[in-house]
Amino acid sequence: MAVQDWQMVIGIETHVQLATRAKMFSSAPAAWCEQPNLQANELDFGMPGTLPVANQAAVDMAVRFGLAVDARIATVSEFARKHYFYPDLPKGYQISQFEHPIINGGLITVADDDDQFAVRLVRAHLEEDAGKLTHDMRPGKSLADYNRAGLPLLEIVSEPDLRSARQAAAYGRTLHKLVRWLQICDGNMQEGSLRFDVNVSLRHNESDPLGTRCEIKNLNSFRFVEQAIENEAARQAQLLEAGESIIQQTRLFDTTSGQTRAMRSKEDAQDYRYFPDPDLLPLRIDEQTIEKIRRGMPELPDACRQRYIDQYGLSPYDAGVLSAERGLATYFDEVARQCPDAKLAANWVAGDLLALCNSAGTTPAKAPVTAAMLAGLLSRIADQTVSGKMGKEILAKMWQSQKPADEIIEGEGLSQISDAGQLQEVLATIIEKNPKQVQQYQAGKHKLLGFFVGQAMKETGGQANPQQLNELAKRMLDEQK
Amino acid sequence: MNSSPLAALAGQIAAGESSPEKAAADACAAIDRAAVLNAFIQITEKRAATDIERAEQLIDSGNSPLGGVPVAVKDIICTLETRTTCASKLLAEFTSPYEATVTGLLAKAGAVVVGKTNLDEFAMGTTGEHSAFGATRNPWDRQRVPGGSSSGSAAAVAARLVVAALGTDTGGSVRMPAAYCGICGIKPTYGMVSRRGLVAYGSSLDQAGVFASAAADLRIVLAAIAGHDPGDSTSRPDAGLAETVLPENLNGIRIGVVEQLFGQGVSDEVAGPVRAAIGQMQQLGASIVKLEIESIRHAIPAYYIIACAEAASNLSRFDGIRYGSRASGEDIEQVIMRSRSQGFGAEVKRRIMLGSFVLCHGYIDAYYRKAQQLRRKLIDEFASAFAQCDLIAAPAAPTTAPRLGEFGDDPVRMYGQDVCTVPANLAGLPALSIPCGFAAGLPVGLQLIGAKMSDALLLDCAQVYQGKTDFHLQVPPEYQ
Repeated sequence: MAVQDWQMVIGIETHVQLATRAKMFSSAPAAWCEQPNLQANELDFGMPGTLPVANQAAVDMAVRFGLAVDARIATVSEFARKHYFYPDLPKGYQISQFEHPIINGGLITVADDDDQFAVRLVRAHLEEDAGKLTHDMRPGKSLADYNRAGLPLLEIVSEPDLRSARQAAAYGRTLHKLVRWLQICDGNMQEGSLRFDVNVSLRHNESDPLGTRCEIKNLNSFRFVEQAIENEAARQAQLLEAGESIIQQTRLFDTTSGQTRAMRSKEDAQDYRYFPDPDLLPLRIDEQTIEKIRRGMPELPDACRQRYIDQYGLSPYDAGVLSAERGLATYFDEVARQCPDAKLAANWVAGDLLALCNSAGTTPAKAPVTAAMLAGLLSRIADQTVSGKMGKEILAKMWQSQKPADEIIEGEGLSQISDAGQLQEVLATIIEKNPKQVQQYQAGKHKLLGFFVGQAMKETGGQANPQQLNELAKRMLDEQK
Repeated sequence: MNSSPLAALAGQIAAGESSPEKAAADACAAIDRAAVLNAFIQITEKRAATDIERAEQLIDSGNSPLGGVPVAVKDIICTLETRTTCASKLLAEFTSPYEATVTGLLAKAGAVVVGKTNLDEFAMGTTGEHSAFGATRNPWDRQRVPGGSSSGSAAAVAARLVVAALGTDTGGSVRMPAAYCGICGIKPTYGMVSRRGLVAYGSSLDQAGVFASAAADLRIVLAAIAGHDPGDSTSRPDAGLAETVLPENLNGIRIGVVEQLFGQGVSDEVAGPVRAAIGQMQQLGASIVKLEIESIRHAIPAYYIIACAEAASNLSRFDGIRYGSRASGEDIEQVIMRSRSQGFGAEVKRRIMLGSFVLCHGYIDAYYRKAQQLRRKLIDEFASAFAQCDLIAAPAAPTTAPRLGEFGDDPVRMYGQDVCTVPANLAGLPALSIPCGFAAGLPVGLQLIGAKMSDALLLDCAQVYQGKTDFHLQVPPEYQ
């Protein structure tokens, strides 16, 4: 037997760093800071006598998430203290939620190319992050940085509904997209804004009871999630096939070797001595607040993608590209609203505009060509004032100058020549000057149509309506017979 | 015989007969002379200088309720320009980088902090003997304890070294020493005074409180420090001391007498003066209602389980890593273990172990949760009691001041001294202790417990009582 003879059962705990201005319980700024210990105040250092005050912005963000995944929002939840000694934990306990989390249940639908599946959520709760220790900067010394201490986290716990490493990574990506879409997390993976703890066990069939699991902690990329699961599943399969049993333990993924290794097993698991934090009252959220947050909810990514298919007739692929990120979708929606042809808008936003954004390292929301400006250009393409090819050049100029399309078209005399009389005149001259080619064309070398069109284009400085030009040239050459 | 030594001193300062500087210097000289009491851990000259400057400006602008009077602060409240030791070896050199809300308010009202007072380490103790800086002595009898944990603040006011002092009260740490030292002390309603900057012992029980020789002075200081603090999530939105017109008598006041508060080791020499005081209040117009509050029987175990659980958690931060004394060790675990072993005293260690135990997996239901259920029941029983009476009168302590070392190696017997005071903490109720007599030359305290937010009513009744009695005017012979 090999690993493919086993079914992987995977559940994921995701730590999402909420994009608040201040920390979870202290007023210190939550922004990223290279310099150690500058973004930490007396509470973050665990000074005696300091008291936590829950950050309402973080609470609201948790509610947004809960509403987005159709979970139950607890009108009363509770902060609890989780105790352990470690120098990165300034108070000797972490304020978290234990028995009564703010979010219960919920469902996340994952669409991964050819696979679509649903992952049930157990819960999501608010907690504070710990500081960071560095052991290798100075010989014999450990350095502690408490900038990260107290940052607000939403820990999202899934049911063990995932069945492959690939599914797990896709779930991670979906979650990443969702929290950015909801604007509750900046999604910066390098800075650890999303971290995954993955629980893996093996069994033969869906109907078998769950096997003993191992938890791989602190994975900060989708690739690592996938690698760590593959590696861990192979390790477990090998053990099980050798007739050995799995020891429930916490493991670390070594990104260099690609292996997981044991950190601690269940036997020496700590007793965290959870109890309700007496410094914080039960967290109450009234129905009115929930309603207010509900009214402010954006359209969700799945609904947005479906709408693009239904309303604009886009292909599922294009709809997926345009709803990949909220800023892009907002941009596209605005262009589509102001442009007579939604498919044209989709092609231009997903194509030229995104390409320009990518090469300039910016996003549609911050692009120098606004949605209204792009819609202006697309209107001129739709009414055939300019050709698509000219449109690309005009867009490049708009990007540079931030001028509207009409101004550039007029200022540079770029509008398309669609006047049949004018085009006929140009063509007649060319036909007259090139009798040899006319002869060849009429002898059946129809490729030469391109020659006449090209010459006419050159003559008009590229402004001739290409479609019209084509038709006219064909007709006139045929008429010459 | 209502008096207000605080108002009198503030009046002298306002009239130019004294000054904040002179008053502070007088206080420091008195503290020096009374050094034998060991009431102070530090004299805070630098801090006092800052406060004096501020007080003078406030007095000039006519906006200084505390009028430049010198006060003392229990050394578990964080103050700038001083150390905050909590009477612990671990924090012997610790300076807080921020100021407690309560002392900030004191300074803003024109008080001058002249010193930080001795206490039982981290406020854990009933006698004032469990301090890394040595035991505090009772000004009435130096062979006796002043009571704890706010031992130094009580002794300082009793010996008239300062007119008022701040303490903290988790299970009686203001009211008990007030009773043993023959002065007044109030523990306000939970949430009345901000806990920000109070080094936490039992977070759900801790309240800053005030000592003074007269109830009128408790009121002046409490009015200055009470109020909502958005920096303390447990601070009441309606916190603040309402201004009242002092009644002439106690007509219409229903005083509850709860037999359970006279049982469990309350000595006759204490019960006698307390019952006499209740009689006097009846003569002043109050009516008496006899009540039962069954759950008081379980208050001591419930209190020690909850307080120790919270204490064990609260004291986890003292690992020697970021502040406080750090022991050396082979690795991080050893550094933390040794820093704590060497830094904490025996009583603190005992409570940390007890508290850790009651929160352990497998025991939390039997201990911590059970204690919380008892607490809930006690709160409900108090609520029904206050449907029938306006306040409850009881002893503040079961005995007069014990001798130094009297409890020796028997902490459980010491814990028993808290029997009269812990119910108010468990239920978050305001309670005060005022002198009501003497037994064998030692003061006896009368405790008044009120419903939530009835702090002003308790002070009214205490002031009416003190208008007709002179127990609060008695000063220990050596300090007259």
